[in-house]
Amino acid sequence: MAHDALAPASGNTSEMVRSATSESRLARYGLIALSLAFVGLFLVMPLAIVFTEALRNGPGRFYEALADPETWAAIRLTLLVAAIAVPLNLVFGIAAAWAIAKFEFKGKAFLTTLIDLPFSVSPVISGLVFVLLFGSHSLLGPWLSSHGIKVLFAVPGIVLATVFVTFPFVARELIPLMQEQGTSDEEAALSLGASGWQTFWYVTLPNIKWGLLYGVLLCNARAMGEFGAVSVVSGHIRGMTNTMPLQVEILYNEYNFVGAFAVATLLALLALVTLVIKSLLEFKFSAQIAAARKH
Amino acid sequence: MTASLPQRWQFRQPSVIPGFGLALGVTLSWLILIILIPLSGLAWRSSALGWSTFWTLATDQRTLNALKISFGTAFVAALANVVFGVLLAWVLVRYRFFGRRVIDAMVDLPFALPTAVAGIALTTLYAPNGWIGSLLTPLGIKVAFTPVGIVFALIFVGLPFVVRTVQPIMEEIDREVEEAAATLGASRFQTVSRVLLPGLAPAVLTGFALAFARGVGEYGSVIFIAGNLPYVSEIAPLLIVIRLEEFNYPAATAIAAVMLILSFVMLLVINSIQAWSRRRYGYGT
Repeated sequence: MAHDALAPASGNTSEMVRSATSESRLARYGLIALSLAFVGLFLVMPLAIVFTEALRNGPGRFYEALADPETWAAIRLTLLVAAIAVPLNLVFGIAAAWAIAKFEFKGKAFLTTLIDLPFSVSPVISGLVFVLLFGSHSLLGPWLSSHGIKVLFAVPGIVLATVFVTFPFVARELIPLMQEQGTSDEEAALSLGASGWQTFWYVTLPNIKWGLLYGVLLCNARAMGEFGAVSVVSGHIRGMTNTMPLQVEILYNEYNFVGAFAVATLLALLALVTLVIKSLLEFKFSAQIAAARKH
Repeated sequence: MTASLPQRWQFRQPSVIPGFGLALGVTLSWLILIILIPLSGLAWRSSALGWSTFWTLATDQRTLNALKISFGTAFVAALANVVFGVLLAWVLVRYRFFGRRVIDAMVDLPFALPTAVAGIALTTLYAPNGWIGSLLTPLGIKVAFTPVGIVFALIFVGLPFVVRTVQPIMEEIDREVEEAAATLGASRFQTVSRVLLPGLAPAVLTGFALAFARGVGEYGSVIFIAGNLPYVSEIAPLLIVIRLEEFNYPAATAIAAVMLILSFVMLLVINSIQAWSRRRYGYGT
């Protein structure tokens, strides 16, 4: 983390050396000011306006907007979808990281590329593929409707689209971390007579828990906040298949700005909590996380 | 020198670690079920259109304009992100100042903030009566509801990709390189621009590619600020949604297929440039 040697202008450094390997004071302050201005304009102000707009007409209107039954339905659906999608991708992420990080096999690089695939697909296309698969014009569509199974414009479709979009998060966080750690700890445990599951629970899991937590947090933030893919498969049925981001869109398009920004504050708070926990983890376990970040 | 025995082809190298079959089995089944079958459905449906139908749908003027806008704005935004991303990474890695940790954490905000929230927030900021929009309107600058607004939204969305790919590489730069350049008489500006930055090229290109790919497909943060005027500020993902709402599945499929092919080709090109520049300049790896 802290490369203190890189910090310019430490007291005892001679003027010659300092000017040779660091910028002039003017350039330094100029660059810092420029980045602060950029961060303020592009990151801080959008976040700040969410809260000011939501509270624009006082806290009373804010609570009123949140108490709306359709908003509550949206919150419940978002929590339900995340509660299904995140554990599924957690199990997958651990399995994928175990196979890729602990073993050498043919086609590993290709498999890693496939796992990253959802990152390079537009969210709208992620939703579209499920419409093509389960829609009334598809092969599966007529069979599903004759058996009374609703996938599209219902919860299963929303869950599928969310799983698709959040697929790589846990695996991507764990693979570099577990590769860095190697297999010697596991080999030691096995040679001392531990079973495979014991090795995983008592040796591997404690080693990766912080990286795992961070992966789950990112996965969850994306699962709760996904808009494009869910919007395509949900059908926007109010109080039924609207997740929180879709509710934000609907309220905004109805010019109910206080309502839209009130729901948005909840999502913004989720993002802030994610960032704070991430920073705390990085602060306490900088070495582990830094290893995970080197993709 | 003894001739080694002809090695039998083996799928994986032997290891005492258990669970390979289970882990790979879970991984592959989940991958096939969730990613590969749905995506191959898209490929199958677009090939079922037939070449001439596909070509007619893909070269429709509104589709072409939407693709141009999506790829054009994503390109401009990714360029801007390279400039500001490298600047931010540099400031975060090299300087110590009050609030550095907060800024470092804020860089990840676009990863964590849902795109729809970013979309309405940016629109409210840059609308003619918004905090920033009201300052720009007297100058005759319109951001919201124009392609410029799309670029601004994509800058927001893509920023962390560049910072987070460049930052770790910058941390690894060997100080001796700079000292050598300085002893050879280079000015600080020459050292930075001719010695340090070229070495970052592979990382910068990766960040550019990631920001660009994300920008091309971005939907949530763009649709609020774009104004969505057909032929002018309508992005390709929105056109897919519009075609779907018209139950025009062939058109939606064709646009999606073109987007995927174009992004794939671009990533391939960028990957090979990256491999070349890594051989030419790269640090470490």
